[in-house]
Amino acid sequence: MTAAETQAADPPAAIPSAPLDKGTPPPAGTPSNSGPPRRKKGALLPYLLILPAIIAVAAVYAFPLVKSVIMSFQDMGRRELWSGNTPPWVGFDQYTAILADSEFWYVVGRTVLFMAVCVTLTMAIGLLLALLMMRLTTWVRIVLTVALIAAWSMPLMVAASIFRWLSDSDYGLINTLIAKVAGEDFLGHNWFLNPWQGFGIITALVVWGAIPFVVVTLYAALTQVPKELEEAAALDGATATGIFRFVTWPVIKPVFVMVTTLSVIWDFNVFGQIWLLRGNKPEPEYETLGLYSFSKAFSSTSFSQGTAIALITVVLLSGVAVYYLRQLMKTGEVE
Amino acid sequence: MSTATQTPRTGTPAAEAPEPQVIRPDRKRTRLGYNIIALVTAAVMAFPVYWLIVSALRPNHEIRSYDQTLWPSSITFDNFARAVKQDNFVTAIQSSLIVSITAVVGGMIIATLAALAIGRFRFFGRRALLMVLILVQMLPPTAMLIPIYAQLNAMGGLDEYWGLIVVYLVSTLPFAVVMIRGFVVNIPVELEESAMVDGCTRMGAFRRVIFPLLAPGLAAASIFALVNAWNEYLFAYILINDNSKYTLNVWLMTFTTERGTDYGALMAASTMIALPVVIFFMIIQSKMAAGLTSGAVKG
Repeated sequence: MTAAETQAADPPAAIPSAPLDKGTPPPAGTPSNSGPPRRKKGALLPYLLILPAIIAVAAVYAFPLVKSVIMSFQDMGRRELWSGNTPPWVGFDQYTAILADSEFWYVVGRTVLFMAVCVTLTMAIGLLLALLMMRLTTWVRIVLTVALIAAWSMPLMVAASIFRWLSDSDYGLINTLIAKVAGEDFLGHNWFLNPWQGFGIITALVVWGAIPFVVVTLYAALTQVPKELEEAAALDGATATGIFRFVTWPVIKPVFVMVTTLSVIWDFNVFGQIWLLRGNKPEPEYETLGLYSFSKAFSSTSFSQGTAIALITVVLLSGVAVYYLRQLMKTGEVE
Repeated sequence: MSTATQTPRTGTPAAEAPEPQVIRPDRKRTRLGYNIIALVTAAVMAFPVYWLIVSALRPNHEIRSYDQTLWPSSITFDNFARAVKQDNFVTAIQSSLIVSITAVVGGMIIATLAALAIGRFRFFGRRALLMVLILVQMLPPTAMLIPIYAQLNAMGGLDEYWGLIVVYLVSTLPFAVVMIRGFVVNIPVELEESAMVDGCTRMGAFRRVIFPLLAPGLAAASIFALVNAWNEYLFAYILINDNSKYTLNVWLMTFTTERGTDYGALMAASTMIALPVVIFFMIIQSKMAAGLTSGAVKG
């Protein structure tokens, strides 16, 4: 990709000047003389092309982000929102209030734990399934791929509805099945009374939804592992784990690291799955950072606290994001 | 569809299978074991989707039963009839179509321009732009939601399609630019050059040479964007309060009332909403995996 790109990117700069030299033969030897007017036009073109994108991104990402920062230093409540009056400036009050609140730290801990469990499960199962895909008869692989894509293509809202239905306390299939083994008492069991059990269902939904992307991506990476290397290692007496560790893993590692980083960011920001499974109003025990910020903003109508929490989340995640970007640069994606 | 692209890859191990068998007779047995594990996994992964369809098609008395059976006793379309009769079904389809199609068409035009600039020109700030595009995708949606809500409120954009359209349009931009750029750099620049040597203008070269080659990539990116816009529910829920302007995903929430949830109708409605997505996914699946990971895999 890198090589192709540098090749692709260099010539166009030369193209506009080629016909130009023909048109103005006298100063052909000194392009700096004839260059400026035309070259300026050529140099301006890419900026004109990216201008709409930049305006759009500035309007919907950059401007709100700046506004968030400003709002987080103010005290914006419902009254200021509807009257349009400038909210009072409170400095770091929102931040000190949040950081001093023990509930906030509970929420941070819950978010990190939930993210860690989801990412570990997703990546472990994803890697095992991708390795499994390499060892299957063709038709079985097709069946598995179709199943993965079916799961992948479920809209979040639909997937959440299905899991809510499966875990329904009265007529849900999970309770029916468990009741068959554990006895009638289990019918009517409410999975969401105990947050640990509730998060179990939410984790199942998140992991189920995330696995297909991971498997498809890792499988694509695994097909890039040279077969000869694995065979040579096997002939030299390497065990299956040895082959994986010293031949397969080094090849797929960049992809694995990148998918893991993405999963960390996605699972840290999980919002919809919890929100939808808890019927649009999650109990405090179910709040992760995103939901905590949301409920502060829209339920307690302290928009400033909400944005301050969201910004703290951005800061917490920025380390992961920078790491991801560096990985991308290493593989030459950002060239 | 997915299978079509994977068959060439899968052809290699299958063709080699007889050879190692001579060396190791136990190969076949381990492969059988793997196949069984894979089929069980496939069943587990597909089960929620199966349950969605079965619940949508089974009679309501089976849904409201303490003894859920894996197979319906009879098939009925009553649930679908109830879902279609639910208030605002038609307006929800309308809203979803208006919002997602407008956003995707606008987004694709802007994204293609930017992708051409990034893929074909070397200019100051090019890398920075690409990094910004990748980074903004990682911002938590709630961080954007509150200020956008406040801003649209000040501009009178709440409860209006255009507010939602702008948000969707821009949120498709980052990945669309990155994805289309991936397709642009794979088109040899020589093609464009020779068209221009033969007398095409830059615009003509784009229209006659680049665009036809880019079309499949653009189609994949648009479908991906369309699916994203179609599936979005959070901004739609917060920015639109008018029942007659609900998008389909927000409309799904109306099946849950204080008296409980009509799961039969909810599953039927969900099936209808998911169906176009599944079809689109099958079409672009292979391209999407390639578009998302091309650099990483080739790197």
